[in-house]
Amino acid sequence: MDVAIVGLGLHPFGRSPSLSGLEQGAVAARAAMADAGTDFKAMQFAFGGSQDGGNADSMVNLLGLTGLQFTNIWNGCATGGSSLNAAYSAIKSGQYDIGLVTGFDKHPRGAFNPKPSEWGLDDWYGETGLMLTTQFFAMKLQRYMHDYNISRETLVSVAEKAFRNGSITPTAWRQTALSREEIEQAPMVSEPLNKYMFCSPAEGGCALVICRADIAHNYTSKPIYLKTAVVRSRNYGSFEVFAPSQAPFVADSPTVTASRTAFELAGIGPEDVDVAQLQDTEVGAEIMHMAENGFCAHGDQEKWIAEGRTEITGALPVNTDGGCLANGEPVGASGLRQVYEICHQLRGSAGARQVPNSPKVGYTHVYGAPGISGVNILAV
Amino acid sequence: MIEQKPLHDGLFSWPDSDPEILGSRCNECGQHAFPPQSSCRNCTGNNTSVVGLGREGKLWTWTIQTFMPKDPYLTDETPETFVPYGVGYVELECGLRVESRLRQNTTADLAIGMPMTLEIIPVRKDDQGAELVTFQFTKKEPN
Ligand SMILES: [Zn+2]
Repeated sequence: MDVAIVGLGLHPFGRSPSLSGLEQGAVAARAAMADAGTDFKAMQFAFGGSQDGGNADSMVNLLGLTGLQFTNIWNGCATGGSSLNAAYSAIKSGQYDIGLVTGFDKHPRGAFNPKPSEWGLDDWYGETGLMLTTQFFAMKLQRYMHDYNISRETLVSVAEKAFRNGSITPTAWRQTALSREEIEQAPMVSEPLNKYMFCSPAEGGCALVICRADIAHNYTSKPIYLKTAVVRSRNYGSFEVFAPSQAPFVADSPTVTASRTAFELAGIGPEDVDVAQLQDTEVGAEIMHMAENGFCAHGDQEKWIAEGRTEITGALPVNTDGGCLANGEPVGASGLRQVYEICHQLRGSAGARQVPNSPKVGYTHVYGAPGISGVNILAV
Repeated sequence: MIEQKPLHDGLFSWPDSDPEILGSRCNECGQHAFPPQSSCRNCTGNNTSVVGLGREGKLWTWTIQTFMPKDPYLTDETPETFVPYGVGYVELECGLRVESRLRQNTTADLAIGMPMTLEIIPVRKDDQGAELVTFQFTKKEPN
């Protein structure tokens, strides 16, 4: 049984002092069900997740006590990807006909401060100042720039694109375009990455209604087909966050293995993708993920970005809504936001940021600690 | 003389006039890990031995921590006394890349490939007044 996404809902990302994370998730869920012309009574199952916003299944208090199966998913930054993967399997297997996927979050201000014990590490690692994801991203990028001649100008270009795309995305957190000078002059966080090159923890909610493809037209005139949803963890040798030591060689990352599997299962290749969302926790992540997902060779990003190929009007638009950089990262909702954006692009309903020439195939990719990746391929 | 104690046992040889990094070596596949662990990340086996991994290596990648991290960071520093520190992976002779604080903390002083050597540094005092120490790497000066 093929799988379709028929309802899209989002609570704007950013700061919403009057609403809890769970409430933002419920707003998104109601919006998704309304978009599909249905309601919570029709939902046979739900998968949901949040890092700091509480248990997703307590959302039934806000949506209605209907007795459905509601399973909480927690998989770091891949939470949304894992929820969608679970929903995909639930439909694909024939177990259910229609259900809800939801993710939300509400993080305290400032950088995340993960606890070593939650990641299989001893306290010394955090106490001596090594337990910062910002350091990992900076170090991975520093080596990558050294190995593949990526310039600082390219880092600035990615940030510039993100905020420009955010400025035409009504639900984005950062809606102000920034000049190259403003980006270049921001305070350094972790060499070579400065303040405008990192995304920040934020708030928001996102939800999707997903169903059997053969009943999709009961809910929408423009179903988006979820061709495949793949989640992978790391292999030995992949260079990962929260790792006191790394292998003496660099192996394929979980992004590479998830991407390769997703393309195989979907029966298409990177050249067939018309629009993509790639995890951009920081600008270097977007750059490295272009190659890890198979869209270009390592090092070609320099040329691709200089030529504007990842702009909305380019050959492969990337992060058309400004990505994590402009939307912030409410961890539980972030991966679903990517899918939400791609669905709007494929429906042709992305407004001022619509990719021209009716894109047919979309791609989403999340990456997170301690080395997990989720890839979805979508098509009309 | 203030007593010095490792912040965490088993990361480096101690007490030792010439401390070295401690790791584990898999008796099945030969791959190393730091800190030492009883299982193997490479071959999934469960048969390893603790071995000394030496005190020298080359800088594989680096960054600089510019602001004082929040909890769980725990030193005797205050935001006023905090000094930015380097962070890097140092490739040891066995090939393993060990994550470490670095004494060098400016872009001018850090470069991929530079030779590094181990040193032991204070972290904070414990409630008995002993000085807790950990490892870091610093640029190896030519002999
Ligand atoms: Zn082994």
